[in-house]
Amino acid sequence: MSMKKERKIRVVIAKPGLDSHDRGAKIVARALRDAGMEVIYTGLRQTPEQIVETALQEDVDVIGLSILSGAHMALFPRIMKLLKKKGLNDVLVFTGGIIPQEDVPALKKMGIRKVFGPGTTTSALVEFVRENAPKRR
Amino acid sequence: MFDERKLSGIKKARQRWEKTTVPNWVGRHPERKNDYSTTSDISVKRLYTPEDVKDIDYLGDLGFPGEFPFTRGLHATMYRGRLWTMRMFSGFGTAEQTNQRFKYLLKEGETGLSIAFDYPTIMGYDSDQAMSLGEVGQCGVAVSNLKDMEVLLDSIPLDKVSTSMTINGPAAMLLAMYVAVGDKQGVPREKLSGTTQNDNLKEFFAQKLCIFPPEPALKMSVDLIEYCSRHLPSWNPISISGYHIREAGSNAVQELAFTLADGIAYVESTLERGLKVDDFANRLSFFFASHNDIFEEIAKFRAARRLWARIMKERFKAKSPRSMWMRMHVQTSGCTLTAQQPANNIIRVAFQSLAAVLGGTQSLHTNSFDEALCLPSEEAVRVALRTQQIIAHESGVVNTIDSLAGSYYIEALTNEMEERAMRYIDKIDAMGGVIPAIEKGFFQKEIADSAYKYQKEIERHERTIVGVNDYEVKEDWVPIDLLRIPPHVEKEQLKRLQRVRRERNQRKVKEVLGKLHDEADRNKNLMPSIIEAVKSYATLGEITDVLRSVFGEYRELIVV
Amino acid sequence: MPPSNRIQQLVKGVLRGDKRSIARTISIIENSEPEAQKLVALLYPKTGKAHLVGITGPPGAGKSTLIEKMVKELRNRGKTVGVVAVDPTSPFTGGAFLGDRVRMQDLSVDPGVYIRSMATRNNPGGLAKATKDASRVLDASGKDIVIIETVGAGQSEVEVVKVAHTVIVTLAPGLGDDIQAIKAGQMEIGDVFVVNKADRENANKAASDIEAMLELATEKTGWKPPVVKTSALTGEGIAQLLECIDEHGAYLKTGMLDERRKERVENELIEALKEKITESILNDLRSRGEWKRLTQKILARETDPYTAADELLAKQSKSKTKKKA
Repeated sequence: MSMKKERKIRVVIAKPGLDSHDRGAKIVARALRDAGMEVIYTGLRQTPEQIVETALQEDVDVIGLSILSGAHMALFPRIMKLLKKKGLNDVLVFTGGIIPQEDVPALKKMGIRKVFGPGTTTSALVEFVRENAPKRR
Repeated sequence: MFDERKLSGIKKARQRWEKTTVPNWVGRHPERKNDYSTTSDISVKRLYTPEDVKDIDYLGDLGFPGEFPFTRGLHATMYRGRLWTMRMFSGFGTAEQTNQRFKYLLKEGETGLSIAFDYPTIMGYDSDQAMSLGEVGQCGVAVSNLKDMEVLLDSIPLDKVSTSMTINGPAAMLLAMYVAVGDKQGVPREKLSGTTQNDNLKEFFAQKLCIFPPEPALKMSVDLIEYCSRHLPSWNPISISGYHIREAGSNAVQELAFTLADGIAYVESTLERGLKVDDFANRLSFFFASHNDIFEEIAKFRAARRLWARIMKERFKAKSPRSMWMRMHVQTSGCTLTAQQPANNIIRVAFQSLAAVLGGTQSLHTNSFDEALCLPSEEAVRVALRTQQIIAHESGVVNTIDSLAGSYYIEALTNEMEERAMRYIDKIDAMGGVIPAIEKGFFQKEIADSAYKYQKEIERHERTIVGVNDYEVKEDWVPIDLLRIPPHVEKEQLKRLQRVRRERNQRKVKEVLGKLHDEADRNKNLMPSIIEAVKSYATLGEITDVLRSVFGEYRELIVV
Repeated sequence: MPPSNRIQQLVKGVLRGDKRSIARTISIIENSEPEAQKLVALLYPKTGKAHLVGITGPPGAGKSTLIEKMVKELRNRGKTVGVVAVDPTSPFTGGAFLGDRVRMQDLSVDPGVYIRSMATRNNPGGLAKATKDASRVLDASGKDIVIIETVGAGQSEVEVVKVAHTVIVTLAPGLGDDIQAIKAGQMEIGDVFVVNKADRENANKAASDIEAMLELATEKTGWKPPVVKTSALTGEGIAQLLECIDEHGAYLKTGMLDERRKERVENELIEALKEKITESILNDLRSRGEWKRLTQKILARETDPYTAADELLAKQSKSKTKKKA
């Protein structure tokens, strides 16, 4: 085995539910890649089970959930519950899209560390991920 | 267009101005930027003069409204004769709720209906299928079967109102339901007026609501074009769309070019079935965005009309002028609206709608100021509608036709957009057409690159978004009246769905679904059997599942 | 030193087929964490049962979609499958976009399938350095077949022969180059050739062109690579492709496997030695004052890199003999 290389942050960018707006998700994926991270994009229309399995198999540090359809209050609790069940407790989870301010406290309580709104810059997002991605076990 | 001698005089004078007056001023007052360009990276000069339009042939390139090449307008009297249709895209929750919203909008003066369906409906799922969980009624109205449609259109006279339905994959099914309601109301089918978006090609690289792979998806779109040309002569079977392409991140030239390329593909595919171009082309309609750069948008709309007319005449040898008409619906661009300082959005929408009107649109939807926060509240949608009414009745721009024609800038820009769009169209032709280009990821890459570039410009402050990267306020005003869809909506919808399933004739449903499967296998036009299926209260999900089993499901090609 | 408790737990988990253990183990190896070598040492004896299938070919040939169909069919036949999908790391940013999984996402929730995306991390040759070991982990976890999807970027696709038992070269008609797309080297490494998107016009021509080229190539090994036409769209040819893979697997077992395996194992040993030697010597040399001095000399064009290298090595062996004495 050779010398230890700098650790790459692995991120899953997921589109839960039927929402088909992927402009933002793709921009975020590209920005994270340009920041030196390894980004797995799930594609559209993912079930909570698919997202969590992907995070598990890919052993990611971070999950980004992109949603603009209003279905987040139905889908996110299921995702967070599954993550816990599979033992993925230290994965950093953030979200972005169209999420009313009044839902943010509930989402934070579920374990979602940050809710990014429209107008978020990629640099702010990249910085957040860099600083909050779990330091490896 | 101008006298050679006079032009040369103007040129000399312009050069003198550039060598003396401008530098004198710029010396003390430097320009704010080194170069100015449109969203499509078309360089914008400091000044346009007759030199920029000297090669324009007034009669050949501009002509008169209502005559080829229709640059100046589709109809001879344009808004002096009839204003554009004020058609507000709406839908949420249950059919009852949306029916209420329709009645509200009609009362407030909208002149056509436009239905927004929820995600499950758009993807051909019933409200009770697994993928529908949490999505029912959220982004539009839930319609799982004919009963829902009946409630949705309750007390709406289909012989008096024209209805646009934003539906693509399952367009045939929703149109079939509309026809069934019309039948029940006793309206003759020839009188049913409206539009189904039904533009499945753009889904693959823009809106992404794909159910089937490209070939069967195209077949479904053309089935409707063919069926309507024979049986629903007042219905626009397709709205070839650029709006979603723009929202996905393309620039104006790409929006124009890719939309027309799709249009070409639909015409070719329909001709392959043996129809004559003049049999169906008169009912092809288009749908564009109206974005921030006002003049670029106006030029885009004019270039679109001229370009399509030329394509129909020269490439497809259409004889009837109606076949060359580019009838368009425009929606102000949602992606330009901000969550920060939402009141600013009213201004943005006002300018964007003005551009659409100056560009000669036939129909217009204006976004509500709470666009980036939630579905439109009643108050917000009313302001959006008033925006159109103020332009129509107070601004005076409708008093004459194509008022900006002859502007050196507008004409130069219109020419430039037409030229650049044609280059793209030639490139797509060389790839073998739209479907091969989709498979190569061509559109997806162009769009992803434009989107990323735009975002980077914002982050580098090369592009200002007022209230977002400049002129921000710490305490943002949030409109109190946010429209939320409560969870009981889903429950109510499921109850109705269960009742429908219980009360219908199961044997008949099985029979019609079997027939549909058979017809799909044999590549027949599926409209007749779909109409039969919806009338027997087969659900949307059941019908779509039959088609899924025959056509397969699409797996996206990711280009980032 | 005996392996830590953590490592033992991971190994147990991998052998049991536990996905979390597999995931963590692959990561530890990929990141060259301190206990990576121990993990490989414990798992290596448990490998050798899986059939490793490499899939290479130019971008646009439809590798991911083909793999999805293959895996679905393999699952129908009751086989368990691992997939390692490799994508290139950007040489400028060090990041990577791993998008192969998208086309196989249906399979994510199938308990008999494990999919892992890997970035090349600038390793040349179309694979990541850790691809081999990742495949071993999946092998040890009990997968019947491990499919390795290479980057597909071009000529340097030959790494896959070092890892896979059976190499499949994929093409699609109308990609522009067709036969040209089989870059130098790929004709020799293919054990099975696939013409994908067989529903297209030029599929038959592409297939016969490849067959013709194969006729010309000298039969070195006694295995005649078949050409299979497949369509991920219609499912055509998938069963046939799996038969060919099985046949090649059987062929390898007849003794060819031993010869090839010996060669492969020796190559791996050489690679491992190279890495360790380089690392230990480099680390040593870099820490010396000589290094700085000679670098300056090269910059001033007073010497060249090769001469400087000789000097460093000479100094090093001198000090080694000194130590011995």
